[in-house]
Parts: sequence; structure tokens; C-alpha cells
Amino acid sequence: MLSPADIEALLLTFKVAIISTALMMLFGTPLAWWLARTHSAWKGLINAVVALPLVLPPTVLGFYLLVLMGPAGVIGEFTNWLGIGTLPFTFEGLVIASVLYSMPFVVQPLQAAFTTIGELPLEAAATLRAGPLDTFFSVVVPLAKPGFLTAAILGFTHTVGEFGVVLMIGGNIPGKTRVVSVQIYNHVEALQYSEAHLLAGVLLVFSFAVLLVLYTVLKTQPVAHQLK
Amino acid sequence: MLPNCLFRLIIVAWLILLAPTTWAAATLVAVAADFTKPMTEIAAAFEKTTGHTAKLSFGSSGKAFAQIKSGGPFEVYLSASEKYPLELEKSGYVVAGSRFVYAIGKLVLWSAKSDYVDDQGKILKTGGFKHIALADPAHAPYGVVAEEVMKSLGVLDKLRPLFVMGENISQTFQFVSTGNAELGFIAFAQVIDINTGKIGKGSGWIIPDNLHGPFNQTAVLLKKGAENPAALALVDFLKSPTALAIIEKYGFGLPK
Repeated sequence: MLSPADIEALLLTFKVAIISTALMMLFGTPLAWWLARTHSAWKGLINAVVALPLVLPPTVLGFYLLVLMGPAGVIGEFTNWLGIGTLPFTFEGLVIASVLYSMPFVVQPLQAAFTTIGELPLEAAATLRAGPLDTFFSVVVPLAKPGFLTAAILGFTHTVGEFGVVLMIGGNIPGKTRVVSVQIYNHVEALQYSEAHLLAGVLLVFSFAVLLVLYTVLKTQPVAHQLK
Repeated sequence: MLPNCLFRLIIVAWLILLAPTTWAAATLVAVAADFTKPMTEIAAAFEKTTGHTAKLSFGSSGKAFAQIKSGGPFEVYLSASEKYPLELEKSGYVVAGSRFVYAIGKLVLWSAKSDYVDDQGKILKTGGFKHIALADPAHAPYGVVAEEVMKSLGVLDKLRPLFVMGENISQTFQFVSTGNAELGFIAFAQVIDINTGKIGKGSGWIIPDNLHGPFNQTAVLLKKGAENPAALALVDFLKSPTALAIIEKYGFGLPK
């Protein structure tokens, strides 16, 4: 059976993933909308920055965050100035790192969905005197629903599976930063292979079930099509 | 049919090409992360003295142990503890009688800030810090010893909520050197200034051996390396005066 420490790690992981996904949808939606509609010269640069975590090793991102969020780093000096202390080894720091790390998985499907909608429905809404916000919620959101679902589910599952970044900035604190991937790693390192198997199995079944729902029940296109 | 002289030439050329591989061999060594600096220097001296090459793979002792048990290609294993080599010996991965202590581990309580850690370690009792870093005691030898020290000083339960744990001693050092943890238990070798033999930067306390159990860093010749002259030579070289001098220079104790 799963030990209390394993269950604690699972619950913590879902807590990080839920909060991170909510934040990514909140910030990712306007960003993806802007990227889908803009002709700005900055578009290429912003696209590249958002996509960076897809290609960077998580340990690189984690190491930069450890240094930047530390007391001598730019972010660390800022958070110290705000009076909230430094972010590594905290739950909040973990959420911020997860948001940065999983952002492309949210922005890219949304951006693809928004691009696919095209100009026509928006112009039609405008001729019916719908304001920009009204257009967004009454026209864009329903049309881009598969994109929103894909974004939320991929963002969530990617955060659940995150390891390298957490290892670098988490400090392995039970109940605070010891997420399930780190707990599995701990079991392997401590040669507790049966515990590692069990927890890894739980994660595998969960991730597979979520993706199965995404691709069969919701009939969403595999992500590769959306990322083009 | 080739002319006779050409045939001889080919044989000679072939022998010349073959010669280095016959005389000088290479061996793959798993090395505990704390022994990174001395082993790099020892490997260079080894190559110069014997002509053989030692290829080094650094990491946590526990990971190397798991890899060896899963058929990893290592021929010599330098662990930071006694536990893993003993375990390997029991399960028959080790050349009989090859186990030996190559160095005594030295632990320091260290901070990147100067004048932060006093040379008696009183700060552990006075507190005033938010995080204290150590290697994960569940599998890292330095973490086990760090816990023993806190236990002897009677501060383990008080400090446990402040623990941040590195996967190995290198990561633990990273937590402290970036200032994210105000102080932490790391290897003396990581902060020693080899010219003075003292802590080179920040502030620290070299922890006396009597505050923890034996810290025998143990090596074994694995069965994979039993026939390799380079592996055999390296095991001998680790006991040579040249190697011992390097080991001592980096702040390790010498095997008794």
C-alpha cells in the first residue's frame, strides 16, 4: 500500500498542478490571443521565449531559477524587498517554476485554436455590435473549446510529471516541495524498489487515463497537430 | 600473393598500432561526488605514472550502487560509505578481498557568508536561520553523518523542520553556495583551499570525528574489472604515497 508520505506527495503534486494550471490559463490566454492576432515584430521573440522550456533541460531552467530567486539574484532581491523572503524551497516558488516550465503546453494549443478561428467570426460579431469582450466570451471561447481543454489538460499533466526543476529548487521538503516524481526518485535512490514501482504505477495509470480521455472521449487532435 | 617485404611491413605496422592497446588500458570508475576533485588529480597522476587511463563517472554512491547491480559497466567503485561496497560484496559483484578504505570523509558546517558559522558550531544551538542544507540521509552518506552530528549535539529535532535536502553532496553545496540555504553540511573537500589546508571561502566549522560514527569511504574492485590491468593498477595506485598525498591535500583523513 501507499505510505502516508507517498499520499502526502501525491496530494501536494495535485495541489501544485491545479494552482499552476489555473495561473497558466489566466496568463496564457491573453498571451496566446495576442500571439495569434498580432503582426508585431516582437511576435517571433515572444514565441521563442515561451517555447524555450520545451527544449531546455529542466535542470538548466532549475539552476537559473535557483540562482535568480536566491538572495543574490535579481528576483530574490526583489522578493526580499517586498518582504516575502526568497522563493526556493517554498510552495510558492514551486508554483512559479511550474508555471514557467509548463507554459508552452498551455500557450501553444490556445494559440493554434485562436489562429484557426480566423477573422470571419470576429468580423461577423463586430457587425452585430458585439464589443471585444463579448466577442471573446460568446464567439471565441465556444469555438476554441477543444484548444482550452487541450491546454488545461496538457498544462496539468505536464506539471504533475515535472521533476528536474523541482529537484533543483525544491529542497525535498515533505509536504511542501516533495512532489511525487521526487518521491519516486527518493525511493529508487534508497533502493526501495517496490515502493517506487507502486508510486510510479499510480502516476502512469493516472497520466494515461487523462490522455485517453483527452484523445478519445473529447476527440481532441493529438498535440503535434496543434503545435504546428 | 603480396610481395614478401610488403607483407612484413603490414605485420610491423599492425603490431605498432596494436601496441598501445596491449600495454595501456582504460578502466571505468564510479566515484562518489565528494571525491570529485582529488580523484580528478589522482587519475591524472595515475595516467602519467602507469600509462593507463581511468575514466571517471561522478555521482551519488547510491545511484552508482544501483547501476552496478543492474549490470553497469563500472570496474572500480569508490563509494562515500562502507555500506554499499559491503552490500555488493554480499551479492557477489566484488573481487574477493579487494575491499579497502581509501579515505576518511570530513564533514563541515559551512555558509557562503563570511563570519556566519563560528568554529565551534554554536550557531546550530543559537539558530536564527530559515534553512539548513544537508544531503538526503535516506541514501547519501554525508546526510547520514550530518544527522549523527546534530543528534550528538541534541539539536536534531529542533532543526529537522528547517532541512532542505540535496540529492547528493554536490547539489547540497549548490543550495548553500547560492545563499538559498544560509548554511549546510557539506564535504570539506568542496570548500578547502588546497594551499592553506583551511576553508577557503565563506565561513565554516570542520566537524570533529567524535561527533559521528565512522566515515570510512570504501572502494572495491568489481568482477567486471578483475582481468583489466588498468583496474588492478588503479586499485594499487589509490594506496600509493602519491595518491595518499593528494587525498590528504583535499582535506580527507587517511585510512588507518
